[in-house]
Amino acid sequence: MIKRLWHYLTAHIDGFLLGAVCLLMLLGLFVLYSATGQNLAKTSNQFVSMLVALAVMWAVSNVPPQHLMRLSLPMYALGMALLIAVALFGDVVNGARRWLHIGVTRIQPAEIMKIVVPLMLAWYFDKHEAVLRLRNYVVATLLLLVPVALIARQPDLGTAILITAAGFYVLFLAGLSWRIMLSFLVLGVASLPVLWSVLHDYQRQRILTLLDPTTDPLGAGYHTIQSTIALGSGGVTGKGWLNGTQSHLEFLPERHTDFVFAVFSEEFGLFGNLLLLFLYVLVIGRGLVIASNASTLFTRLMAGAITLTFFTYAFVNMGMVSGILPVVGLPLPLISYGGTSLVTICLGFGILMSIQTHKKLVKT
Amino acid sequence: MNHSVELKDHQRELYYFKLRLVIAAGLVLLLFFLLFLRFFYLQVLQHEHYSTLAENNRISIVPIVPNRGLILDRNGAVLAHNYSAYTLEITPSKVENLEALINQLANLVEITPKDRKRFHKLLEESKNIESLPIRTRLNDVEVARFAVNHYRFPGVEIKARLFRHYPLGEMTAHVIGYISRINDDDLEWLEEKGELANYRGSDYIGKTGLEQRYETQLHGKTGFEQVEIDANGRAVRTLSRTPPVSGSNLLLALDARLQEFAEKAFGNYRGALVAIEPSSGGVLAFVSKPGFDPNLFVDGIDPQNWDALNNSPDKPLTDRALRGQYPPGSTFKPFLALAGLELNKRSPQYSINDPGYFTLPGSSHRYRDWKAGGHGVVDLHKSLVVSCDSYYYSLAYDLGIDNIHSFVSQFGMGQKTGIDIEGEALGLLPSQEWKLKRFKEKWFAGDTVSVGVGQGYNLVTPLQLANATAILANNGIAFRPHLLRYVQDSKTSQLQILPSEVLYRLNFKPANLALVKNALIDVTGPGGTAARAGANSPYPIAGKTGTAQVIALKQNEKYVENRVDERQRDHALFIAYAPADNPQIALAVLVENGGHGAATAAPLARQVLDFYLLGKRPQSALPAPNKNQEADD
Repeated sequence: MIKRLWHYLTAHIDGFLLGAVCLLMLLGLFVLYSATGQNLAKTSNQFVSMLVALAVMWAVSNVPPQHLMRLSLPMYALGMALLIAVALFGDVVNGARRWLHIGVTRIQPAEIMKIVVPLMLAWYFDKHEAVLRLRNYVVATLLLLVPVALIARQPDLGTAILITAAGFYVLFLAGLSWRIMLSFLVLGVASLPVLWSVLHDYQRQRILTLLDPTTDPLGAGYHTIQSTIALGSGGVTGKGWLNGTQSHLEFLPERHTDFVFAVFSEEFGLFGNLLLLFLYVLVIGRGLVIASNASTLFTRLMAGAITLTFFTYAFVNMGMVSGILPVVGLPLPLISYGGTSLVTICLGFGILMSIQTHKKLVKT
Repeated sequence: MNHSVELKDHQRELYYFKLRLVIAAGLVLLLFFLLFLRFFYLQVLQHEHYSTLAENNRISIVPIVPNRGLILDRNGAVLAHNYSAYTLEITPSKVENLEALINQLANLVEITPKDRKRFHKLLEESKNIESLPIRTRLNDVEVARFAVNHYRFPGVEIKARLFRHYPLGEMTAHVIGYISRINDDDLEWLEEKGELANYRGSDYIGKTGLEQRYETQLHGKTGFEQVEIDANGRAVRTLSRTPPVSGSNLLLALDARLQEFAEKAFGNYRGALVAIEPSSGGVLAFVSKPGFDPNLFVDGIDPQNWDALNNSPDKPLTDRALRGQYPPGSTFKPFLALAGLELNKRSPQYSINDPGYFTLPGSSHRYRDWKAGGHGVVDLHKSLVVSCDSYYYSLAYDLGIDNIHSFVSQFGMGQKTGIDIEGEALGLLPSQEWKLKRFKEKWFAGDTVSVGVGQGYNLVTPLQLANATAILANNGIAFRPHLLRYVQDSKTSQLQILPSEVLYRLNFKPANLALVKNALIDVTGPGGTAARAGANSPYPIAGKTGTAQVIALKQNEKYVENRVDERQRDHALFIAYAPADNPQIALAVLVENGGHGAATAAPLARQVLDFYLLGKRPQSALPAPNKNQEADD
């Protein structure tokens, strides 16, 4: 009986992935406790979010990939409808129109698109698997760029970049030719001035500040300056848990959300960073193995895109905190405070696990 | 065949996919390696640099409030100074139940209901300010008793502060003004001036009088101390210090002894006195009676005292010398006489036969002289000495209002004198244009007749009257009246001399000036309206009495002082300068409801002149308000 229940619970769980994810979450709890100024309420709040995220992961892991595939088109359509609704009736918070009221609660449709866009593209390529032509890549690019444009307009640069990345990974893994990628790169560089002109002032400021943070030490450059000080002063071994001066004297902004890595790095130093990188590599490596073992084009593309998107989160966040990338609002995956991104990421892992565990069933 | 192609394609596809996965994995590792390099750079190579920066972050900058400059009179007497004392202060944001806390504190140190009310008033007025005093001027026993119990009261501190004190209290309240706690309006003003940084740590700012006018000079420059703070924000040690620069001292033209003497000379009367040094425009005395105790305002006045001051019928908060506007009465006549001569409407010889009244051509309305039956034959000289109304009724009529307006304007009436205190009243020197604008009505000849004796629409402030007298005494050279003579650097004691500013010079014919000025000397001589006040003076006094009606009389009504309610009695005025041949002081006295100018204002002026010029204190005080007076003016 217990054995059957255990089997039922773990049948679609990938132990390796779960282990790495749980280690990261545990690390996250410790850092948050320090970053929130030893606020037990916030830390336990995050713990509850983690449990919810793991439950979502478990639930999704039990959905066979074929079902997911069937859901792709309707979910994409729904997501687009919501994005358009946001553009028309969304709430403006802090100068950005991102939220949509639905009855009692409000949602951020862009968040869902992080999963739905790669899902849609993977479905599209799978459907045209045998005869992939240039035309298909063009259609896929359009399927990607329309929601990205809507999200960038909100404006939500961080999410837009992330979804672009996720979509690009699908295209890349689906075999987009190098020549096209290269020409897009050239085109992209050439269109930089045009892009510059459509950026919002605060987005431009962020990029300018990246080039030289000291130009505006109390304004836009403040985040970067303070977070690099936190990292650098952490040294090789760090200042020790709960001993970060940058964070505890409140010089660090957003220290339990987007800039939590600065707190972590100040207190645990280079060794801590290596441990974190290692754990991320474990998760990403496992994800890529799952992708390479996947049985259909859809699952292959999906697994690859989810894994690489997760990598993008981690890389962009650590890059911006350490001052080599502009400040875009992306959390450190599985560590930063906040339930929404946690659930989205674990939903992705649920899909990964589903792909890994249902493959065997298909084969037998 | 087909099948094998498909299979082959499938395998090729898989191969390409895996190739791309490997490329992606390589990129992942490469980018993570880049991150690692960045971490290595920051945490190993640049570790020391960033450690220093992190240390710097732990350094806090604490403002050091400069000492406010002193205010001294022309002889060095202190009119405003600072003293150090302890206050008990509460930081409301750190306290949950204020009432309970205050009740507990009251067991340790005495907290009166007045203290509580004042605290709550401060709390309402200053939302943005950190700590507020519940008790000021604690004695040593109270300080010790609280210090022992300090741990029980988080959010309550004892602070040593400098307090402002005004030794002369209400004698100088209106001139010196007072400082008080910075409120939201002041903050706005400071922000506009870009002075907010210089006021970090400052709690007080000048609100009225010279304290307000010379706020910038008095405040000084705030210093800063770099302090290392621990993780709890407590100062550990001082790293560097930029000392504050104390505010400059103000050295005034004001003579505190004269001010005090004049203030006391008013006795129970209300009124104002302004004395000016004609050769410089320096203000020697600037009295407004009654005054108030400015020390009450320094730490926020309690509501009870405030209501008492604000609702008093005596209006002690109003600066009568600066803002009180009164009809000049007969003190207007010397200026009109000069106008008549200068504009060739009157010659020295021209005389009228005064029947005791004046009528406009074609009208039967009688403008009465103050003396029933008239003064007989009156020329310009006599018109001033006996203050003949009829002479000036006709002179004003002949001059016309616009001539009067433009000529008397030269003496600074109806405009701001430019004295260095804010809030000066304009007074009023009417003209045709003014009346059309103000009442949408044309000017009538009768209006001009009343202006001739300083009644009607005419209004002056005591300051304007003193200023005009000084210009006359100075033969037409007009200085800007000013209280401040020197600004003294608090560190080097170096004096910055503020040169007296000549505003303009009026070119009157010397013969005309001499005629008017000689007549004014005779006003205080035998037969003059101020004969009694001028009697036995060892120096010549030029003066002019005046009486300003508070209530209008009907055509045939006679004004009987004893029948009129005290507050509706006439105001007494007197202008003078002395010694007349070499004027060292020019003054204007206004005694509210003091009756005739000769009765109260002129004797008061004589006392002040004697004190200033001879150093003499009088034997007897002013006559009491109710005593019957001789009729004059």
